[in-house]
Amino acid sequence: MSAAVPELPTLLVFEQSRPGRRASTLPAHDLPVPEVPSELARTRAPRLPELAEPELVRHFTGLADRTFGVDTGFYPLGSCTMKHNPRMNERVVSLPGFRDLHPLQEEDGAQGALELMWRLQEILAEVAGLDAVTLQPAAGSQGELTGLMLMRAYFSDRGEGDLRDTVFVADTAHGTNPASVTMAGYKLEKVGTDARGNLDLEVLRERVNERTAGLMLTNPSTLGLFDESIEEVARIFHGAGALLYYDGANLNAVCGISRPGDMGFDIVHYNLHKTFSQPHGGGGPGGGPVAVREILEPFLPVPAVVRDGDRFRFDYDRPKSIGKVRGFAGPFGVFVRSYAYIRSYGPRLREMSEAAVLNANYVLARLRDTYDLPFDRLCMHEFVLSARNLKRDHGVTALDVAKRLMDYRFHPPTIYFPLIVPEALMIEPTETEPKERLDAFADAMLAIAREAAEERDLVKDAPHRRPVKRVDEVQAAKRAIVRYRFEEHPQLSAGAPTGAAVEAQKGA
Amino acid sequence: MAADESYPDDLKYHAEHDWARIDGDTATLGITWYAQDALGEIVHLEAPEDGSSVAAGESYGEVESVKAVSDLIAPLSGEIIEVNAALADAPETINEDPYDAGWLIKIRLTDPAEVAGLLDVDAYRKLLDEQ
Amino acid sequence: MTGSPFLSLTDEDRDEMLATIGVSSVEELFRDIPEAVRLHRPLELEPPLSEPEIVAHLTELAGRNAHTGSELSFLGAGIYDHYVPAFVDAMLARGEFLTAYTPYQPEMSQGVLQAIFEYQTVICELTGMDVSNASGYDGPTVTADACYVAKHATGRSKIVLCEAVNPQVRQVVKTYAPGFGLSVVEVPQREGTTDPDELREAARDAAGVVFQQPNFFGCLEPAPDLAAAANEQEALPIAYVDPLSLGVLEAPGEYGCAIAVGEGQGAGNYQSYGGPHYGFLAAREDYVRRMPGRIVGETTDLDGRRAFVLTLQTREQHIRREKATHNITTNQTLLALAGLMYLSWLGPQGLREVGETCLALGAYAKERLGLPLAFPDRATFKEFAVRVGRPGREAIAAARESGVHPGYALGRDYEGLEDVLLVAVTEKRTTAEIDRLAEVLGA
Repeated sequence: MSAAVPELPTLLVFEQSRPGRRASTLPAHDLPVPEVPSELARTRAPRLPELAEPELVRHFTGLADRTFGVDTGFYPLGSCTMKHNPRMNERVVSLPGFRDLHPLQEEDGAQGALELMWRLQEILAEVAGLDAVTLQPAAGSQGELTGLMLMRAYFSDRGEGDLRDTVFVADTAHGTNPASVTMAGYKLEKVGTDARGNLDLEVLRERVNERTAGLMLTNPSTLGLFDESIEEVARIFHGAGALLYYDGANLNAVCGISRPGDMGFDIVHYNLHKTFSQPHGGGGPGGGPVAVREILEPFLPVPAVVRDGDRFRFDYDRPKSIGKVRGFAGPFGVFVRSYAYIRSYGPRLREMSEAAVLNANYVLARLRDTYDLPFDRLCMHEFVLSARNLKRDHGVTALDVAKRLMDYRFHPPTIYFPLIVPEALMIEPTETEPKERLDAFADAMLAIAREAAEERDLVKDAPHRRPVKRVDEVQAAKRAIVRYRFEEHPQLSAGAPTGAAVEAQKGA
Repeated sequence: MAADESYPDDLKYHAEHDWARIDGDTATLGITWYAQDALGEIVHLEAPEDGSSVAAGESYGEVESVKAVSDLIAPLSGEIIEVNAALADAPETINEDPYDAGWLIKIRLTDPAEVAGLLDVDAYRKLLDEQ
Repeated sequence: MTGSPFLSLTDEDRDEMLATIGVSSVEELFRDIPEAVRLHRPLELEPPLSEPEIVAHLTELAGRNAHTGSELSFLGAGIYDHYVPAFVDAMLARGEFLTAYTPYQPEMSQGVLQAIFEYQTVICELTGMDVSNASGYDGPTVTADACYVAKHATGRSKIVLCEAVNPQVRQVVKTYAPGFGLSVVEVPQREGTTDPDELREAARDAAGVVFQQPNFFGCLEPAPDLAAAANEQEALPIAYVDPLSLGVLEAPGEYGCAIAVGEGQGAGNYQSYGGPHYGFLAAREDYVRRMPGRIVGETTDLDGRRAFVLTLQTREQHIRREKATHNITTNQTLLALAGLMYLSWLGPQGLREVGETCLALGAYAKERLGLPLAFPDRATFKEFAVRVGRPGREAIAAARESGVHPGYALGRDYEGLEDVLLVAVTEKRTTAEIDRLAEVLGA
């Protein structure tokens, strides 16, 4: 019989600090230090960690050990496209000519960077089936806001700015869409989904009019379904003089197969961290470039990246531009990775999407008889199941299923979204998973359904094999402890007044 | 711990899942069992100030759980004479006792005729059945 | 032709999977897509390259850029050549940090959640504030975010920007303003800084006031007076600050600011032609429920262990939707973690030393260059503006022929400063390098 090994508490970096420890070394100099005027000078040193390098490395290594990434295992978060992040990306992004290049370098000293951006723009325009691209937005949400600002600028330019004040959003839309509509100063109108999973055309025919600026839509939708009446949707909006905006979150399903521009969309944003392999980084960074039809090109953010013969440059002469949504030309390091990734596929991006759709349909086929399927169609790159049958029969919810999947060493799918499906499980395998992984995941989902019937507590009390059990979110919201409270731990480094710190240095 | 489902007879109800206890020209307002159940454990109340006014059908504050935020819709118009201060530190009281200790605000009615437009308990229960 | 190295799909796999699905071809999986919107030709993209070819191609492109390894540079103007320690590169290379996403499932992500909690803590420590979010896109956009917070906190719709604030920050705020329902007014710079009386006047009925410390010219603003002027008008003082200055300059939270924002790049990120980096945003406790972006909080699990979790999520787009405090989802976590790692490496003594070195080398450079200062009566930090006797762009072109980039041409953004260069001197510069700059500028 083995004795249980006592669990070591995991410490915050501040709890490992000791006064005087330090990992940094900096070049010394003996130059006089000019004094900062006393009313502007720092009075108390910030309580930054004080550790030497070895323990700092162990600390962050330990944090990485307690984090699950795509590198660790299957990560089927719906609409996030958690595909493999190629390692060649990391090599090229750290080339000194990219990594150590200042964004305000003269253009003749940045031709390689400008050419890369221009080439990426051309690629993205071709993939979208549209005419002009800005790489500036830092993420999909910022791309959405940019797209709505472009809409506003376009209509103002035509004298319809005050008239068109409303944007339509699907009820299955990602929360960013309505949030962006508000931030752009538009009014929101919702359109529902019919029994096939397509937009409700009746509602659109009734309510789209001369006050409408546009529609924001993802296609395929967050249900993983391609809107079969997309041409009619486009006709309705264009017929009223409005524009169509494509949320590119689900582009992984249709690259090289159907282009948003050909579907009738006028503005498209990409998520470089979804479709084009920028690593998600624990929450970011991303990239949200926007492609537009020619009529919207004058309004794109400045500067534009243009080609003049064999030179590349920034063009600031855009009098109708909406302005600037992000500093400099955008998140350049993200462009490098996406560009390298796309050069790896070329026109065979189509195979990437085909594999994504095949993988999703395979997992769907294996699970559809055990879980509830709200829309009985072939899916695209993702699909939505409902655990409502498990809830009804055994009191086991989508949340419980997600927590139990962790014990099987899978990251759970997205849960409780889209909102129109109760007990939703939104599963996007991506194309980079081999069949064996898909089978292992499907086997686990089937096992959990059996456990729900036969060993309910195992599921209700899951996870059992992670560093923590289920956490108390209510307490977190009520007490809102959002930083380390040094004041409650006086024995640790207390942010000495700077005078004392200087004296201590002299004595060392 | 949340209360058992109940809808007292002596209260008036509103379709947005609020209740009102009328007492002469004042009323005490709160949210029903159905509302607190839908939210889950309440972690924060964004309350209005004493002396401010509320209009029937309009929002006068918010209640928040970890997964949702709900506007508090006033069933009646009036001037706020008291806010339940105990809820600032213990908002979960609304779940435990939505009709007594979990009351939200007391108002002096500015249009008592509005009371006639509220639902009695049977009408409210019927509305819930149709949800 | 080899298949993609990122796909495992074999012909056998495909056949088995199609059989399980019950269709006869991959093409059939797309049958719901109307013919009219199908692409009936291959994408017009260049053919696929092998990994060695991609690396060679990118290396060629990178080779045509003048970077800090190939050219001695005194360029700053918001993005700085500070030292990035090897420790940061090594830790960021961990695949778990690189390839995880937002920690929605706390049991899978305690590492990232704890790291973000630690990041939030160091930002609060630097700025003297009570709450920080988990990062925004960059300095300019978090400034726009702060203006949005100010609008909702005060109910007012005017924002005051100081002209001495970074031009890109001002431009981004002005781009966001119409959608936010905000009007923007500017307070001019006077001999390199801002006059608190002029600011007080402009701040009447304003939701917030944005000033920068040190400002775009490297000059030290009378920041406590600017904050006081804003507070007198009940406008929120929003300080745009340089994290690397906060070892020697006072924390905005200590002199009455409501919100502190800034560009985090100098603390732990490479320049990377402008991004990705991270914007930080920290505020007084009063504004916690209006903060945009993710926030990590401390709690316990079922067994009583300390644990971390995304909290106050009801502010965010995935719950609040059109009433969200912001639309942000993907942020800049990885870069912010680099910031945490850097600041942990630096420690409080190191931060102070970096600040003192910037001050000392700056003074040395001013003396060695011997050029007239554009703002002679102002104390500066890390950057200063000098008159070079000719148009700034010309001076830059000439200096670059000798392998030195002397600094930013302020004439690009400010009238009357066409002959002025903004010279940045970080702790990476040496006195020998500064001597070289002096030589090249003909001083």
